[in-house]
Amino acid sequence: MSLDTASDPEKRLTGAHMLVANVALLGGIVTGLLQGLEHAGVEFPASEYFLQSYYHSVSMHGVLNVLVWTTFFIAGFLPFISARAYAMPLASPRLGWLTFWLMLAGLLIAAVPLAGNAATVMFTFYAPLKAHWAFYVGLTLVVVGTWLITLRLALSQRDWRARHPGARTPLAAFMSLVTMTMWTLASVGLAASMLFMLIPWSLGLVAGTDPLLTRTLFWLTGHPIVYFWLLPAYVSWYTLVPRQAGGRLFSDPMARGSFLLFLILSAPLGLHHQVTDPGIHEGWKLFQAFLTFAVFFPSLLTFFNVVASLEGAGRARGGKGLAAWFFRLPWGDPSLAAQLLAMLMFCAGGIGGLINASYNMNLVVHNTAYVVGHFHTTVGTAVTLTYMGISYWLVPHLAGRALWSARMALVQAWTWFVGMLIFSTALHELGIRGMPRRTMISQASYFQPEWSALLPWVGVGGTLLFVSGILYLLNLVLTVTVSRAPAPAVPEFAVSTAPPEDGPAILNRLRPWIVTAVVFLVIAYGPTLARLVATSRLNAPGFRVW
Amino acid sequence: MKRGATVYLYELAWILPSIAIPVGMLAALLVTAFGAGIHVPSIAGRIDPTRVTETAPFDQPGVVKTGPVSYEVRMIGQIWAFTPNEIRVPVGSTVTFVATSKDVIHGLFIPGANVNIMLIPGQISRVTARFDREGEFFMACHEYCGIAHHTMGGKVIVEPRS
Repeated sequence: MSLDTASDPEKRLTGAHMLVANVALLGGIVTGLLQGLEHAGVEFPASEYFLQSYYHSVSMHGVLNVLVWTTFFIAGFLPFISARAYAMPLASPRLGWLTFWLMLAGLLIAAVPLAGNAATVMFTFYAPLKAHWAFYVGLTLVVVGTWLITLRLALSQRDWRARHPGARTPLAAFMSLVTMTMWTLASVGLAASMLFMLIPWSLGLVAGTDPLLTRTLFWLTGHPIVYFWLLPAYVSWYTLVPRQAGGRLFSDPMARGSFLLFLILSAPLGLHHQVTDPGIHEGWKLFQAFLTFAVFFPSLLTFFNVVASLEGAGRARGGKGLAAWFFRLPWGDPSLAAQLLAMLMFCAGGIGGLINASYNMNLVVHNTAYVVGHFHTTVGTAVTLTYMGISYWLVPHLAGRALWSARMALVQAWTWFVGMLIFSTALHELGIRGMPRRTMISQASYFQPEWSALLPWVGVGGTLLFVSGILYLLNLVLTVTVSRAPAPAVPEFAVSTAPPEDGPAILNRLRPWIVTAVVFLVIAYGPTLARLVATSRLNAPGFRVW
Repeated sequence: MKRGATVYLYELAWILPSIAIPVGMLAALLVTAFGAGIHVPSIAGRIDPTRVTETAPFDQPGVVKTGPVSYEVRMIGQIWAFTPNEIRVPVGSTVTFVATSKDVIHGLFIPGANVNIMLIPGQISRVTARFDREGEFFMACHEYCGIAHHTMGGKVIVEPRS
């Protein structure tokens, strides 16, 4: 069976996920614009029919962008790309559709209190802020849905292996399965917090909760969730982008190796989000800071492998010099340009992330605007702009129509990049000057005059990002509705200069790595969680203070 | 050798620095953290979050002199204020903040003084800072704590030594 027909049964399913993801993104960029303008001094347009407060807006912005846009995109993209990589339809389309409807139901259940200002608790929902129970139940259903995707990818791999005994799993399918496996393992923290604490508490079945324990369980999942967002972008960077650029993947075994390292190292480091928390021993914080630097290793492997692949492509196109080849890449292809810009921004984002995680340096930047600047370069650009770049070939393929305007898509990608450069630079600097995050800053009682010069740039950058986001969505809508030309071919998978058979067989297995991941998690979190559970009194009452 | 030797050498030439770079950064981190004696918040005890105002030392929030140049600030975070919200100490003082929250999670953030700690219901937070520069330091709650979160602030006034 050819690649194209293999993924055909997935087309409608992937399209359904993409629709939900992009509707969420629309909500995310509208709220984002209003928040950026608030920082620039424009009064926040609170209204009892739409956004009831600045904080209502921030809660919507976070949930829609980082929970819904990402998760639904991933749930559409990874199965689609896996089917193409296997050149075989995935197992059980019924399971795929059941998963979609479960996740959509969960989303709608959570959306009612969220939109109605009954869950203005941010996407981190730290207890004892107490949202309506439907918010917790809905989000939990979405998480359960993601586990079913893991199951479906695992069943598909089993089918494929039965037909291809001894062969290496195709790279894109292998990476998709590793990503979902990592996420499924890591999401146990969130699931435990929801099922045993937050849901019974919000339903009134138990009187109190333990804020530090729920927060620790949240971050057990809350750091690996960033790899859950990022690794699907890496799937594209490794398996498609080298060929889109006109080259080959440098090393397939190294790519597999880096993903397996992400599988074992993504989760046991969430405490670096809690460096300033009381009640957790600083020794464990330092230990997890070590592991945070360890996960920088597979990131550097990825950087090298992807850049080496691009360099090959640039030189094949006649590029010369130490760095001049970079400009020889086919920048006129919006799908590629968006992803190259995403990579550039991620260089800054990755280094900024190390600063956040640097234990003592965290005391300077924790919970400041610096962090907001940081994650807009990472999830807000490395991930989001890559997903947009993928959409520029995926949506035309799903609709069977050519992208409405490649030129508008190019303008969109550059506008996002420039907007983000302005937006995130201003926020990084404001954070270093002590401006807190998640705060209606123009109304702050401790407003500092030195922030005034930088805040308008948050509004300028935010506006550019909004315009870019609208151009992206408009292009997709016009593609689906009015574009008439047939869709071009989907990007083929890149061939590797070092084929998978060059790597040791352990790079084709999952079980030993899963066991290692669990051991790491138990070592890094076991003592802290055991102590928190043993000393917990579950006596903090809930508050609705918005 | 089965694989292309060039590819293999390139891989190795990157894998080794990829290990060396994080290790080097980690070493720099350890030297600066422990060399400068910086501590991040750690375990300082639990408290019943429903009985904060009846539990010592939070039954008497305020500033207490504990030595010739050292003070202890016993502080409660609540929606949407710090108690106390104005702290006066002479320049050169070492100030230990002992704080907790009586409702939702708050943050105690004093930029410029390396005070950055969460106030979590049920937990006691403890952090020590030295104020070597005269003037006013603002403090802010830097964890979203409800509709008037942005009004939760205060100041530390570092006065000349008399």
